[in-house]
Amino acid sequence: MEKNFIKALTEIVGEAHTLTDKESLACYGYDSTPELESKPGVVVLPGSAEEVSRIMELCDGAGVRVTPRGSGTNLSGGSISFDSGVVLQTSRMNRIIEVDQENLTATVETGVITSALHREVEAVGLFYPPDPGSMNISTMGGNVAENSGGLRGLKYGVTDDYIMGLKTILANGELLKTGGKVVKDVAGYNLNQLLVSSEGTLGIFTEITVKLIPKPQTKKTMLVHFPQLEQAALTVSHIIAARIIPATLEFLDRVTIKCVEDYAHVGLPLDVDAVLLIEVDGHPAQVAEDADAIRVICERHGCSFFQTAATPEEALKLATARRVALSALARLKPTTILEDATVPRSCIAAMVKLIQETAKKYDLVIGTFGHAGDGNLHPTCLTDERDKDEIARAHRAFGEIFDATIAMGGTITGEHGVGVAKKKYLPKLVGESGLRVMRGIKGAFDPKGILNPGKIF
Amino acid sequence: MDYVKLINCMRCGMCLPHCPTYKETFLETASPRGRVALVRKFQEGELEDSEKFLEYVSLCLDCQACASACPCGVNAGELVAEFRCEKKAGEGLSMMEDLILRKLVPHPDLLEVSMVPLRLYQKTGMQKIVRSLGLLKMFPAALGRMEGLLPTLPGAPLRQTIEEITPAQGTEKGTAGFFLGCVMSLIFSEASLATVQILSALGYKVVTPKAQKCCGAPNMLGHDKEGVNQAARFNTDLFQSHQLDFVVTDCGGCGAELKKYGAHLDGEFAATTFSAKVRDISEILADEAPALKDRLKPLPLKVTYHDPCHIAHCQGIRSQPRTLINLIPGIDFRELAEADACCGSAGTYNIEKPEMSDLVLSRKVANIMKTGADYLVTSNPGCLLQLKKALSEAAPQLKVIHLTELLQMSLKGQG
Repeated sequence: MEKNFIKALTEIVGEAHTLTDKESLACYGYDSTPELESKPGVVVLPGSAEEVSRIMELCDGAGVRVTPRGSGTNLSGGSISFDSGVVLQTSRMNRIIEVDQENLTATVETGVITSALHREVEAVGLFYPPDPGSMNISTMGGNVAENSGGLRGLKYGVTDDYIMGLKTILANGELLKTGGKVVKDVAGYNLNQLLVSSEGTLGIFTEITVKLIPKPQTKKTMLVHFPQLEQAALTVSHIIAARIIPATLEFLDRVTIKCVEDYAHVGLPLDVDAVLLIEVDGHPAQVAEDADAIRVICERHGCSFFQTAATPEEALKLATARRVALSALARLKPTTILEDATVPRSCIAAMVKLIQETAKKYDLVIGTFGHAGDGNLHPTCLTDERDKDEIARAHRAFGEIFDATIAMGGTITGEHGVGVAKKKYLPKLVGESGLRVMRGIKGAFDPKGILNPGKIF
Repeated sequence: MDYVKLINCMRCGMCLPHCPTYKETFLETASPRGRVALVRKFQEGELEDSEKFLEYVSLCLDCQACASACPCGVNAGELVAEFRCEKKAGEGLSMMEDLILRKLVPHPDLLEVSMVPLRLYQKTGMQKIVRSLGLLKMFPAALGRMEGLLPTLPGAPLRQTIEEITPAQGTEKGTAGFFLGCVMSLIFSEASLATVQILSALGYKVVTPKAQKCCGAPNMLGHDKEGVNQAARFNTDLFQSHQLDFVVTDCGGCGAELKKYGAHLDGEFAATTFSAKVRDISEILADEAPALKDRLKPLPLKVTYHDPCHIAHCQGIRSQPRTLINLIPGIDFRELAEADACCGSAGTYNIEKPEMSDLVLSRKVANIMKTGADYLVTSNPGCLLQLKKALSEAAPQLKVIHLTELLQMSLKGQG
């Protein structure tokens, strides 16, 4: 990096917030994506939207590339700078600006941690449903950029469904305001929707206004054991087909159960092939009725045990245990390659079977867990980065899984983003026309291509 | 160092929101994930142990909150400590380190004598004069901070006044060895006396071997692994020469270290057996809850509890102290936000890294004030020193006491 450029950055954010030593750069060369690493040229931590704007103006002029980053929990390599550019960390912009109880909205700065927003709004009886596995550390800006999902996606949808307004700094430093607090807004293209899941390639969010809903009155959490995998998968499809929409309908297979139990000690069974974690919420009468109906369906499909959490603490423990599933899988092997292939919900049983067969074919250990109710599974290959042969087999296996996913009418990524990790599969999914339109949009927002280059396509 | 332990970190970032230094800085280099990456890159030859490198690594409080949070079983705090020990083993101890860690700390007699001038300093009124004249500003900052932390010392260390055998009251249930802990004995002797008296009242014979030495935790802080091993050897042999059902301590730091003796001495039988017998006082008393409950008298107090890192993160003890506090009739227990976050004391960290320690401490103090409690209870001398000092300034009406002191107040009906 040129000295004058660094000096100019320092003038904007201050010396303490401009990192150039090789130790710092080494620590900003990764996020949560396995196998990917590349050191940036400099890291900046701006403290305000104005500073972000000035940084972008400077980079636009100098033609330097910028990769935005929140807490670095990205799972597709999206927050890594692959061309020694600027990594812009948003964590310092972490004010909750307001919770508007009349309009049922909350406005936050981009670096606010997702669970901090949860706590703030739930304290006044409101609810922000998106709850990605990393919600205790992920930033709201990152959630918007990746359109994060979570455990409650089945009933409540994902980040996308809650974004009402955004303030975004464009590649040239200009401010773009989209949406606001209005419920209806058809003035021009729906740019909010376009910016959500743009993976840092269209702009850098500085302020986010989200929709809130009343907090559900009550909830019931259930843990159901199934001797066989297929029984659990069929149960999922039949719960949905019975027109019951639980808030959460999560699936964990035998490998995942063991790892999670080793860490969390919440009493998961070690002798079954699968468990479902089910949560229903809402009006007490509805919750009771849904829970009863679910129990009948589980029993009809041969569940061996049906447990209802006795206390809110017990329910929280079960949900927390599920949230750490990915990390817990790393207890067995040092490297975990995780995917988030997503299929229509009716195909979940076929998908589970396919993953098992593929693991066998390539002689791999794959633990599968995920948001079964959304058709969004996380097959996770447990491997060792030093075993090049096994890593190669894992990639071939996932290639096959993606092909099958697309054939079933599914998608290559349900919530982790394309980033660089899934870039090569995107053309198969969206085709030439899809890529052409996306490139056109990118060009309209960022003609010089300085924002998070090399990501998505 | 075992390379696999380093590559087991899958960089999920689950540790970040639990790391006190990350919470204050948002810097990856000040996070557990970053520290594991730094040590890994050092091992791989990508980074050297430059001044900057060591500065980043030494910002770790070794509170091990990251270890509690890590779903894949990586202990970043311990990995950093291991790295620093290996480095120190290569370089050798400095003269000052040798003097303190090998010639002073392991010798309780010398340690106690070294406190005499301090006691005189307080008794003769010198402390008041020095403080009121602001004379401390003339000394190095570290010395000033140490002086400021010092509470009024007891008349004599507990090791000197306690009998080697304290008989059980009533029917004898078993024999407990009591591990004194240097700071508890030297400064918080009343709390430790309460510990022994409660055990005795519950029917335990308490054996306090007078020859016992420092547990070795200060050596660990100084990254002097050899010194830790010497302490482990000595105390194992001493306590194993008595017939004990368990070894109890009321110092979180000692308890955590004693429980690691087996690992320190590479799984050796005697040390492993000794470690398996070690209990924090709250573990024993929680098991005795029914017997204790009948004797406790009402205390109409608002109480909150700070989890010492060495109790919660290193020993996994969280529910027992809360169970015990809630046993006391009339207590209004108020849970503390971020209760298991470090208070910034962290051994000698508050002297070595005053700026970061103060940031971590202010967060703790603010959370304590929000509870509206009259009493803050904790069970580690480092936390007691740090929080007594901080709260005497921020909230003089708020008292800071050890868990066994609170229980003793209730047993004696001092509500």
